[in-house]
Amino acid sequence: MMDFPQIFGGHWPAVLAATVAIMGFITVNALALIWLERKVSARIQRRYGPTEVGPFGLLQTLMDVVKLVGKELITPDHVHKTLYLIAPVLVFAPLMALLSLIPIDEGWLFHDYDIALVLLLAFSSLNIIGIFAAGWGSNNKYALLGAVRAVAQNISYEIPLLLAVIPIVIMTRSLSLYEIASAQASYPFILVQPLAAIIYFIAGTAETNRAPFDIPEAESELVAGFHTEYSGMRFGVFFLAEFTHMVIICSVATILFLGGWNGPVLPGWLWFFLKVYSLILVMMWFRWTFPRLRFDQLMSLAWMILVPLALVNLLATTVLIKLL
Amino acid sequence: MADTIELVPDASDPETYFLNMGPQHPSTHGVLRIRLHLEGERILSADPIIGYGHRAHEKMAENRDYLQFLPNSSRIDYLSGMIYNLAYCQAIEHALELEVPERAQIIRIICGELNRISSHLLWLGTFVLDLGGFTPFLYAFDDREKILDILDSITGSRLTYCYGRFGGVTMDVDDVFLRRTADFCDYFKTRLNEYHELVTDNVIYQHRTRNVGVISTELIQDYALSGPVLRAAGVAQDVRKDEPYGGYERFDFDVPVGDRGGDCFDRHTVRMEEMVQSMRIIEQALACIPDGPIMAPKVPKRIRPRAGDYYFAVESARGHFGIFITSDGSDVPVRNKLRTPSFVNVSTMPVVLPGTMLADTVAVLGSIDIVVPEIDR
Repeated sequence: MMDFPQIFGGHWPAVLAATVAIMGFITVNALALIWLERKVSARIQRRYGPTEVGPFGLLQTLMDVVKLVGKELITPDHVHKTLYLIAPVLVFAPLMALLSLIPIDEGWLFHDYDIALVLLLAFSSLNIIGIFAAGWGSNNKYALLGAVRAVAQNISYEIPLLLAVIPIVIMTRSLSLYEIASAQASYPFILVQPLAAIIYFIAGTAETNRAPFDIPEAESELVAGFHTEYSGMRFGVFFLAEFTHMVIICSVATILFLGGWNGPVLPGWLWFFLKVYSLILVMMWFRWTFPRLRFDQLMSLAWMILVPLALVNLLATTVLIKLL
Repeated sequence: MADTIELVPDASDPETYFLNMGPQHPSTHGVLRIRLHLEGERILSADPIIGYGHRAHEKMAENRDYLQFLPNSSRIDYLSGMIYNLAYCQAIEHALELEVPERAQIIRIICGELNRISSHLLWLGTFVLDLGGFTPFLYAFDDREKILDILDSITGSRLTYCYGRFGGVTMDVDDVFLRRTADFCDYFKTRLNEYHELVTDNVIYQHRTRNVGVISTELIQDYALSGPVLRAAGVAQDVRKDEPYGGYERFDFDVPVGDRGGDCFDRHTVRMEEMVQSMRIIEQALACIPDGPIMAPKVPKRIRPRAGDYYFAVESARGHFGIFITSDGSDVPVRNKLRTPSFVNVSTMPVVLPGTMLADTVAVLGSIDIVVPEIDR
């Protein structure tokens, strides 16, 4: 049997510190984003949003988390216990791994993996297993329908997402996120790959299951979709996962297309977060403006429009790279 | 039918399953239950089950005199209560052969049309909410609130009005009311453009509503549908135009019809256009409102229509609303049958829904604009 310090090749203090840092970031970030989402939606809808708890209602989300944590964890009788209990963890865990891959500034990353992009795409498909476990384990028709939709949607949108990323890999000849971001010191790739950037962002929004692609949890049809049977902090974990997923999708978009930390005057990490949160604001703007697509329309958007466009873009990129 | 309340689905076919939408469900607009037989996401059959919000309005009418039933009338359809309240008054006036003063007639038309706009606004908000768009919902409620404020200032209530009386209305309107109504019309015209930009022109919204839930003219004839659902199919029928009542004959307005064969988008355009037409009526009414009494001079102390049958119909926000009263000459009606449009409209669901997707159920139900207490009366 291995000693605990031997796990992770003896680097366990660093791993522990990284885990704590990531957990802290996820929590603070989710609190900030939920507050931001409430304020943005309120501004769009001519309301004030939270104002009571703390200055500008900043502590409102914290109070809500306190409420969620304080709630009794109800496990309905009819659920599949193992799947039901493990699902929130399955949804949440890959996101932590994903965050550890993302370089924030020059030299600000945990480890520069040669295949970070592959790891990233692999881990981001893992959380669908958790969503399906939640839907299947809940033993509820609405939850199951939501889970089935989520699986179909994520598998479909993985393909345009992947096809939008490949041109960047071909251009930089690297799968390392650090190298891809470094390669954009002179200009961001969105200028040469605008189509790929748009496809990536649409598919990424669909991956996060947010409006207008929030079909798995369409509240007017499926009550709450795959997390219908969850309450308290278990529901909170799904919520946390959604907001963390947003950050990851937007971070990767920043690294692949917007030049990562590269930018004039301001320090790199500030540029990075500025770009990430601007993209998140765009996602929020989507959510509060568009109605929801229907399931079959969502599928045909992926297979009939995004995939062919991404393929054409990929082909054009390879031909141009060969010619130039 | 006994099998409509059967809860255990037919287990013989493992590929299909039953899903209960309602009675507690976010988008059935009340306690309506629809039992859907589904194959994946596709609907094989749909069975609306009503009765969860039954308040026995018709039976209550048989147990009290005509005036005592008056407050019930606006509770039949709480979203356009004014129209229903005034309709009941007009039905009794029709039975008593009472003449209503001109000023009262015009006030009734202004209030009724304001109420129609507020009802359509609520429809717009909740319909887009059903399709997943949250923002128009709050915009629509914001504007609806302004109408409720105006009506509140003369009736004292915001939802279930009891403003009409047999022979007139309870309170006279003042200049403040007239000015606020005119201001609202000016303001609402710019707002309507915003709704068109945000909702009507939205590509996703059009994809979700076009060619969805087509209610054809044949179906309409079979089921005697009315209101915006009927006009969306291209039939220009409106009780206000065909059998003018309460002074509608003196106003100039159009009956909007759909041009796409009666899908959800048609019902949207028809209702949006009806709001414009209602504003036209209001503006004409504001220009020509005469001075004078607001109550008929000789209203009998006891309401006792002569023995016989009386029928009076109005165009409510949801369609043809008819009141059928059988009187035996006493204080209490023998029968007070309410012909409500939502009941008729929702009864087409078993025909319209099969073959559509689960998400379309919500769109179709939303587009026919049901009010559950009006179904269960």
